Amino acid sequence: MTAPPATPVAAPVAAQRKLKQELRRAELRKKASALALIAPLALFLLVVFAVPIGALLQRAVASPEIPNALPQTVAALAHWDRKALPPDVAFTALAADLATARQGNAAGELARRLNNEISGYRSLVTKTARAMPVEGDAKAALVAIDARWGELPYWQAIAKNGSRTTPFFLLASLDLQQDNFGSIHKAPPEGAIYLDIFGRTLWIGALTTALALLIAFPLAYWASTLPARQANLVMICVLIPFWTSVLVRIAAWVVLLQQSGLVNTGLMALGVTSGPIALLFNRTGVTISMVHILLPFMILPLYSVMKAIPPTYQRAAISLGSHPFAAFWRVYVPQTYAGIAAGVLLVFITAIGYYITPALLGGPGDQMVSYYVAYFTNQAVNWGMACALGALLLAATLVLYAVYQRIVQTNANANIR
Amino acid sequence: MHRFTLHVSAAAALLACGLASAKDLTVVNFGGANGNAQKAAFVQPYEKQTGNKIIGVEYNGEQAKVKAMVEAKRVTWDLVEVETGDLARGCEEGLYEKLDYSKIGPKTSFIPEAPQECGIGIFVWSTVLAYNSEKLKTAPTGWKDFWDVKKIPGKRGMRKTALYNLEFALMADGVLAKDVYKVLATKEGVDRAFKKLDEIKPFIQWWEAGAQPPQFLVAGDVVMSTVFNGRIDAARREGKALNVVWDGGIYDLDYWAIPKGSPNKDLALEYIAFSVAPAQQAAYAKNIAYGPVNQAAIKMLDAKTLADLPNAPANSKNAVLLDGAFWTDHGEELQQRFTAWAAK
Repeated sequence: MTAPPATPVAAPVAAQRKLKQELRRAELRKKASALALIAPLALFLLVVFAVPIGALLQRAVASPEIPNALPQTVAALAHWDRKALPPDVAFTALAADLATARQGNAAGELARRLNNEISGYRSLVTKTARAMPVEGDAKAALVAIDARWGELPYWQAIAKNGSRTTPFFLLASLDLQQDNFGSIHKAPPEGAIYLDIFGRTLWIGALTTALALLIAFPLAYWASTLPARQANLVMICVLIPFWTSVLVRIAAWVVLLQQSGLVNTGLMALGVTSGPIALLFNRTGVTISMVHILLPFMILPLYSVMKAIPPTYQRAAISLGSHPFAAFWRVYVPQTYAGIAAGVLLVFITAIGYYITPALLGGPGDQMVSYYVAYFTNQAVNWGMACALGALLLAATLVLYAVYQRIVQTNANANIR
Repeated sequence: MHRFTLHVSAAAALLACGLASAKDLTVVNFGGANGNAQKAAFVQPYEKQTGNKIIGVEYNGEQAKVKAMVEAKRVTWDLVEVETGDLARGCEEGLYEKLDYSKIGPKTSFIPEAPQECGIGIFVWSTVLAYNSEKLKTAPTGWKDFWDVKKIPGKRGMRKTALYNLEFALMADGVLAKDVYKVLATKEGVDRAFKKLDEIKPFIQWWEAGAQPPQFLVAGDVVMSTVFNGRIDAARREGKALNVVWDGGIYDLDYWAIPKGSPNKDLALEYIAFSVAPAQQAAYAKNIAYGPVNQAAIKMLDAKTLADLPNAPANSKNAVLLDGAFWTDHGEELQQRFTAWAAK
């Protein structure tokens, strides 16, 4: 027989398989223990981060008030063409729904939601619900309670919002609105503010970031060239304000920047200006304070990167005949890109979320998105709008982060080539 | 060891007795000068009289906190001071308990605006024009002067909301105090108010917290400001030369409301009844220039105290009662338009 011997080949294959299995098992065990180690963190992140953000995104499109309070009316309006007053069954359904809603809090929630659509709807709903139940012809009774029930827009508002999700808040955050037939239009100019606010938020963020970089770069460079002892002293000077409460620092800026404050009296004493300059309650005050607060976020990454750059490279370039500035610009600066990128990203993303600084130091034209998120959450109690603005801010941050990643990657590729 | 257990059980027994006899009530108000006046007129006498303890909490009127508590069914606030619009909305949405007036007192013993379904007025306050008489030679007499930057040059302080400012603008434009809300209810009226606001926009310095306008006036940052009258009263008590123009002021009430599901509802009602009784109401008005809601308390005040109150006859002659119903219906829309206008 010339058949190949079975065992000598099979044995190594079996052994190999066993070895592989064992390896895989060991790998799995390792993975499992690693997973077990990070499980608390993963769980923590899920609970405090992913779940709330999910809830926020969900709340930005949720609109359960109308189908909750008016189930029969929504059903009766399902096939209505929205061009003429709805059929009489809709009136009967509305009267029945409002009579039920009156018992719980549904009428209040409904009134709040419908008032988002048409001003004055709130009192219409409350007034009608109070008059329930009605006898006989529902249509005549409702119109007798308030003539507005005989008008088309009030019915269209209900029909338009029959489903449990709505693009209303997201559209409103982008200065858009849906008309009564569902197509999207621009909001009237006197109510259109949010695009301006988003633009302003990004602009203030960019301005703050640029100024912080301008100040932080030379400072970090200087600190990185100092001997360790003095460098530590500089770093402590950077960190002490960093550890002070933001509110305290803002209050200090109010004292410094006001009409009769230190800055203005100083400038006037030096003869720079004849009268006090308005430094407070405008963009100037906001920018100054934000740059001051965010400076450490720029200095620290820059410093740590610069500390690791060997000074010999630059010296070598100069000794080979390069102009000192060219050596700095073409040899030193590219090596700090990682620090610049980290600092810029950190400062910018923190800056666009700022709320308290513009609220205390700015005028009405300096308020950023977070101010309106807080306003809708606390004052207006319109959580749909707050969540929609928050969701858009989150989206803007993620888009910018993606763009940043793109740039960093192309840069890295370019460097390799 | 024995001694230790003995101490612990004695302490526990004492604690249990303490819980049984004295109770805690969490009362939330806006703090500041008003909070201090409430402490002197309501909290301290109540604690002394009943042995119960009042836990004071301050907030800025954020209804979101009440809503969150009520929705989560974990209500830790027993009594909350709320403004007119928030009371009406909160009542409709089921955030507040309906009040049992048999435990508070007959509705007729209060001024007509005070007794509401879910809340009862605690005091009358007013948003008025104020100026620093040390820095102004010509005293302003009303909203027309507030708008007249030629006659009285300088900055004006205004609250950063649509509320009040639209009404003031209409009065400056010649609308009579009694017709303000009739005009504001129309699209043309709103346009007219914003057009009037355009005129003084470059001269406005905005304020958000009630403590700011007296500071602005004292520092000379503004020559005139809209302001809560109690804040001017507090500054005057500190010797500042600030004056109030009552003509065309907008007055309103702050209310007590019990968040739905409060575990101490009965105690809260007891505290409400105590704080709106004549003696407490009169004591409150003597601590701060906000008017009593109890008719009998008004009669108990001397002429000098009365002269500084928003609901004294001389001061309320040409004043406007804030139209809560109007603002509940149109507040969101007008606030949005105001924000857009202010930011441009």
